[in-house]
Amino acid sequence: MTDDLEPTGASEGTVAHEPIGDPGLPEHQWRPTDVDADLERRAERQVSTLFGLGALLFLGFCVAYFTVDADQTFLGWNGQNFALGATFGGGLLLIGVGIIQWAKKLMGDHEIVEERHPSASSDEDRTAVMIDVNAGLNESGIARRPMIRNSLLLSLGALGLPVIVALRDLGPLPHDQRRTVWKKGMRVVNDVSGTPIKPEQLQVGQLVNAEPAILFEEDADGERVLHGTEALQVKSKAAVIVVRMRPEDITPSKGRENWGVDGILCYSKICTHVGCPISLWEQQTHHLLCPCHQSTFDLADNGKVIFGPAHRPLPQLPLGVDSEGYLIAMSDFPEIVAPSYPELARDQKKLDKNS
Amino acid sequence: MTTEYTDIEKTPVGKKMAGPVEWLDDRLGLAGAGKKLMPVRKVFPEHWSFMLGEIALWSFIVLLATGVYLTFWFQPSMAETVYNGPYKPLNGLEMSQAYSSTLDISFGVRGGLLMRQVHHWAAMLFVAAMVVHMLRVFFTGAYRKPREVNWLIGLGLLTLGLVEGFAGYSLPDDLLSGTGLRFVDGLIRSIPLVGSYLEFFIFGGEFPGNEIIPRLYMAHILLIPALLLGLIGAHMLLLVYQKHTQWPGPGRTEKNVVGYPLLPVYAAKAGGFFFVVFGFTALMGAMIQINPIWAYGPYNPSEVTAGSQPDWYMGFVEGAVRVMPNWELTFLNYTWSLNVFIPGVLLMGVLFTALGAWPFVESWITGDKREHHLLERPRNAPVRTAFGVAGMTMYAVFWIGGGNDIIATKFHLSLNAITWFVRIGWIVLPVIAFIVTKRICIGLQRADANRILHGYETGIIERTPDGSYSERHAPLPVANQFVLTSHDRLPVLEAPAEEDANGVAAPGSRGARLRAKARSFYYDGAVDKPTTHDVEHAAEHLGDHDGHPVPLGEDFQGVSETGIPRSHL
Repeated sequence: MTDDLEPTGASEGTVAHEPIGDPGLPEHQWRPTDVDADLERRAERQVSTLFGLGALLFLGFCVAYFTVDADQTFLGWNGQNFALGATFGGGLLLIGVGIIQWAKKLMGDHEIVEERHPSASSDEDRTAVMIDVNAGLNESGIARRPMIRNSLLLSLGALGLPVIVALRDLGPLPHDQRRTVWKKGMRVVNDVSGTPIKPEQLQVGQLVNAEPAILFEEDADGERVLHGTEALQVKSKAAVIVVRMRPEDITPSKGRENWGVDGILCYSKICTHVGCPISLWEQQTHHLLCPCHQSTFDLADNGKVIFGPAHRPLPQLPLGVDSEGYLIAMSDFPEIVAPSYPELARDQKKLDKNS
Repeated sequence: MTTEYTDIEKTPVGKKMAGPVEWLDDRLGLAGAGKKLMPVRKVFPEHWSFMLGEIALWSFIVLLATGVYLTFWFQPSMAETVYNGPYKPLNGLEMSQAYSSTLDISFGVRGGLLMRQVHHWAAMLFVAAMVVHMLRVFFTGAYRKPREVNWLIGLGLLTLGLVEGFAGYSLPDDLLSGTGLRFVDGLIRSIPLVGSYLEFFIFGGEFPGNEIIPRLYMAHILLIPALLLGLIGAHMLLLVYQKHTQWPGPGRTEKNVVGYPLLPVYAAKAGGFFFVVFGFTALMGAMIQINPIWAYGPYNPSEVTAGSQPDWYMGFVEGAVRVMPNWELTFLNYTWSLNVFIPGVLLMGVLFTALGAWPFVESWITGDKREHHLLERPRNAPVRTAFGVAGMTMYAVFWIGGGNDIIATKFHLSLNAITWFVRIGWIVLPVIAFIVTKRICIGLQRADANRILHGYETGIIERTPDGSYSERHAPLPVANQFVLTSHDRLPVLEAPAEEDANGVAAPGSRGARLRAKARSFYYDGAVDKPTTHDVEHAAEHLGDHDGHPVPLGEDFQGVSETGIPRSHL
């Protein structure tokens, strides 16, 4: 077996062992527009018409820009968007079609043959360049002065350090991944209105999207304590859902027997897979489905994963009732919320130790 | 037709331009450089499939133009603001400036919505055209020597295109784009050992932080477009230097390129095509709504809309992430989220590595180190074609996974069943596709050989004196026969010597054995083209026809590629 296959194929079209010889380029075929002056003039008119219509459409764009209002509609389309887009796009399309028509019908259509050359440089060029390269390297003395070379390499390598170190302030070091704002006594409030929730307001089968009360807390001036990005960061870990099931349907695992209030349980709303908020609730089966990647959790069975790519069960928030009868958290989440991260196993151990 | 023509330097305009042109050439040496680098009459071969890359190039230009327009108003800031603008339903809501300025572009700037939609459609088209162009290059073997480097550059362009598209998708900071970012946050966290650090550094703190949109904006409008432009320049320069590949045909050989000159025909067709692509995307922007961000509302990490989907080109990753079994393990006191890392991060790495390695693997298997400028018909490389179709099948299966919720609701199917279909199908279906495609290729090769040896069916029915009927066959025109036989003959396969004459194991024999195996797999079943002897024999048989040559008739105009006489078409 050799590396070099025999040169075959069309390049050697006339070689004896090729079954069919290369008949050569076919004769040029004249187009109708080449031989018929009427057709030629017709094509010329076609092309000019296309260009002329294009100009008209661009004018139409300007008219539409000043006359069509944003709230007008046209056949169900946004009138302004349609008028601007149709005139602009139509004009462009006409120019393009006109140019191509011109090329196909009227421009010369004789095919030309161009010879190829090997991509490689010629041997003389290679030799000449290598002579120059060697002369240059020789004059630099880089081979004779290893100390200079090595110290240069050292310092260039060390240049990588500032480049990497300077990126350090892109962000803070990872922190607080195992904690959320939930703490003992914080009220569970409706996520839109911010009103606290009483157990008797919930029907069996009902699901309420909720947030920690701190998100709605206001300071003396009536400004929210948490807002903007800070509020989003809190929400992205502390958002919860509150569901009410029949107490006899619930099978709490050991130690979780008193985490609910009359069949009302509270779970993290953030999927343990990649962090989508989960909210597709199947009343009858007590399943909660994540709309992003379809991980399914059984809320009657401690948030266990029953289908999909999520691995960890949905963390449960222990619930209680305060003196005014509103639902409150009894602690922060005993399990880590949101998507997994490399230090999760260690952080979970720390949480377990503290509880 | 010869009409009177005045040389351009003698026309009134030419006379006026002579001064400035000379001034420029005195300083830049344009004529000399142009003659060497880009002759005005440089030849480009024609085929519809060569247009696919052009679509990608032109849609990139459309993206640059519309993108610049959008930057006039877009505010890449996550600073909080209260919306008060023409879109009434969102009035009074807290949102980021990024989102509110995108609403302003959509409702407050005339033509702003149009430009946003054109930009988004052009982005979809850009990636789609790159993918289809790449498939064209793959299936015709255009990546073979000397074009491997350009294949890799193309792969780099595709990768950057995906990142660029994702960055743009994330900028408006609406609920959908924020959900996409949350997903990427989950992917980053799943990277073993350093995930948390990467997350906090990239987002500038805990998700979502204050920094990600300004940073993505920088990447989206400066860093990645600059890299894309540079790589596109290199892609084009190599194309010009190596000259375009061409399909084999009469007079078209490995040593020439046949086609229309750059000036005027090719420049006109390509330039005209830019307007067609721009016009087409503009009409799409006018008529087909895309990414109505006002309907989603501002980003809120505790809300999501059912049926959230990424742009189409991320669908296969999304699908893989959805169907992955929920493997997560603790090892060395670290958590390893294989359920996210393998499909979300590793899969793309594997795909792009495989694509990048393919030209080199193939040339190692075939031992082919020659330059190739003639394209290969997919059927004449059955294993390559079958691999390509298998890869496409796997991509499609993952894509189905990415839309499993939509498919489940539209077709009333069980979501879990679709997920299991993908979990099994991503391995099984590509294997089936491989086998089927290879057989189809071989069948087509046989049909080609048959057309050479037995000619085409004339449609003339003959009755012999003893009453039996048969259809006359006539030889294909020489040009068609030449095209059908212009590919390489199959190499002779030999087992490598395992021992030399003295019984000593040959050096590197394990590698050589592996290669011999790969080689016999690669060429297994492929049908060789007829030999000279076969063709002579066939010509005798066809031409003679029991002493009654077949009259072709006056309306005979040759046969099409499928062997049907053109006059019958």
